[in-house]
Amino acid sequence: MAVIRDNMPAFELFQPASTDDALGLLNQYGAEAWVLAGGLDTWDWLKDRVKRPSVVVDLGKIPSLREIQASGTGLEIGAMTPLSEVVRHAAVQEQYQLLADAAAVVASPQIRNQGTLGGNVSQDTRCWYYRDGWNCYRAGGNICYADTPTAMNREHCVLGASRCVAVNPSDTAPALMALDAQMVVRNGSGERVVDAAAFFVGPEVDIERMTVLEPGDLLTAVRIPSTWAGARFYFEKSRDRQVWDFALGSVASAAKVRDGAIEDIRIVVNGMAPTPVRLTAVEDEVRGQTVTDSLAEQAGQIAIRGVKPLAHNGYKVSLLKNLVIRSIRGAGA
Amino acid sequence: MEFFQWGSNPWGQEILIRISMDILYLAFWAGIAFILFHLIYAAVWVPKLVRAHAGGGADVGTGEAAHVPEKITRHTLAARAFHWIMAASMLALLITGFFPLVGVEFPWLTIHWVSGVLLTVSVLYHIVHATFFLDFWSIWIGPSDIKEAVQRIKRQLGQDVEVKKHPKYPLDHRLYHLAVTLAGFAVIGTGLVMLFRIDTPLVTKNAYLLADETWGLVYVLHGLGSALFVMLTLTHIYFAVRPDKIWLTKSMLFGYVDREHYLGHHDPKRWVVTRESGEE
Repeated sequence: MAVIRDNMPAFELFQPASTDDALGLLNQYGAEAWVLAGGLDTWDWLKDRVKRPSVVVDLGKIPSLREIQASGTGLEIGAMTPLSEVVRHAAVQEQYQLLADAAAVVASPQIRNQGTLGGNVSQDTRCWYYRDGWNCYRAGGNICYADTPTAMNREHCVLGASRCVAVNPSDTAPALMALDAQMVVRNGSGERVVDAAAFFVGPEVDIERMTVLEPGDLLTAVRIPSTWAGARFYFEKSRDRQVWDFALGSVASAAKVRDGAIEDIRIVVNGMAPTPVRLTAVEDEVRGQTVTDSLAEQAGQIAIRGVKPLAHNGYKVSLLKNLVIRSIRGAGA
Repeated sequence: MEFFQWGSNPWGQEILIRISMDILYLAFWAGIAFILFHLIYAAVWVPKLVRAHAGGGADVGTGEAAHVPEKITRHTLAARAFHWIMAASMLALLITGFFPLVGVEFPWLTIHWVSGVLLTVSVLYHIVHATFFLDFWSIWIGPSDIKEAVQRIKRQLGQDVEVKKHPKYPLDHRLYHLAVTLAGFAVIGTGLVMLFRIDTPLVTKNAYLLADETWGLVYVLHGLGSALFVMLTLTHIYFAVRPDKIWLTKSMLFGYVDREHYLGHHDPKRWVVTRESGEE
């Protein structure tokens, strides 16, 4: 089992000055290379000596990756933009408050100054069996230690498990999905734009990664279309302590409301499944309806259909239900 | 080349995890190599053998042949249904088992275990059907087959030896069946145990059912059987689509072989048929 030593194993550090240089390095070193954004996820892995890349590509010297550009069609946020800058940005606050709300509750102020939007959505799961270096499915083994009869799995998933029961830890991911954001991914072959909903990969498809990013890929920007600009937003993060903690569960919703009725809505929860989950059944149920307590209750019941709690996370069923209820009430507030 | 993947358990002991991808690639390329070899063999060597042994055509009108009907049942409807259900489930298992490993990603697990259960049920059915309703021993290899195998090899090498025509199932078919049986029992036996590692309505998940080392062996055996199936499936499909074997493939579709092929390839004494029943 891994032990924190605070001394990282040696690696070759590159600090490219442009995206093209970074892509050249990632292309050259492939799976040997590790992309370093804010470092909040990275340093744990390296200090614990669980991940041992031979090359680290630090994106911190590429100014073009930390720009926020507003246009008539939406917003493009560089992947290296610190979360605190996302929170403070005027266009985000005016039009996409949902993202500001989500980014504002990530960890602590210091971490939001250092952590980036790209890093927040790309970070690995916090399952301690996996992060402690246990040879589980996600680490290339053939077992999920968090889903054994004696496992401690209070923080693990109640939805969408497929062998692995780890959850996505990102706070901004559900907000971006609710805003129909798109991820701009570049590699040696060119650029591709991936819907946020397709960016996150569950264990049923690939048990060893959380996103579509493969060796050689670089998330360069997040595009938020104007579709939901100025909509009625609701974000809530439930956690054990009110600062510097990962979500036990979170909900992000964006609703277009007219005369008290929901014209259209996106509801996404995180911390409940290996990926952020858009609750389309709930959306279908409430679309066109006037917001009432009974509608919110009904939405909460639909949200928990098919949940499969583990030994120690039964509370997440109530949590999920209540987060959804409050998000529907929030849409009507 | 690496044969197995190793990992460590929570106590730091080194344990088997599964077969390595190298074995999968080895099985795949071995199957391709066999097909290429056979293509050359069939194009270059077989015509020489045919010329050397020309003149021994089938007796289609006299003696025992006179009683042979136009269509001879080779596979009953039940046997054909089993074959195609098994083929479909096996293809689904191979695709869902190996495609994600080579980069074609999709949600594969549910399709995989459902196909595995379907394969298991179809094999159980086949065992009962073959044991009680078919000529059970016709598909198995016995001591007398060794002599025939030697004779056939000698003939393939150009020696002028007498070789009897085939019984209902030629020796190579029976060898293939034996290989499929062994690989099949390996993947089914281990696959059923592996159901305890995933969420299904069939059994309660328990990753601690076996010790770490034993689980490793289960995964390795499952992988080895599956890799063997890659090779067996490739070669099987190759022979099924070869023009000179199409009459056999058709028999698996329609159930019968015609009189000419029967008399040309099979020994009526070793595969007895009557005009009334089409088969005895």
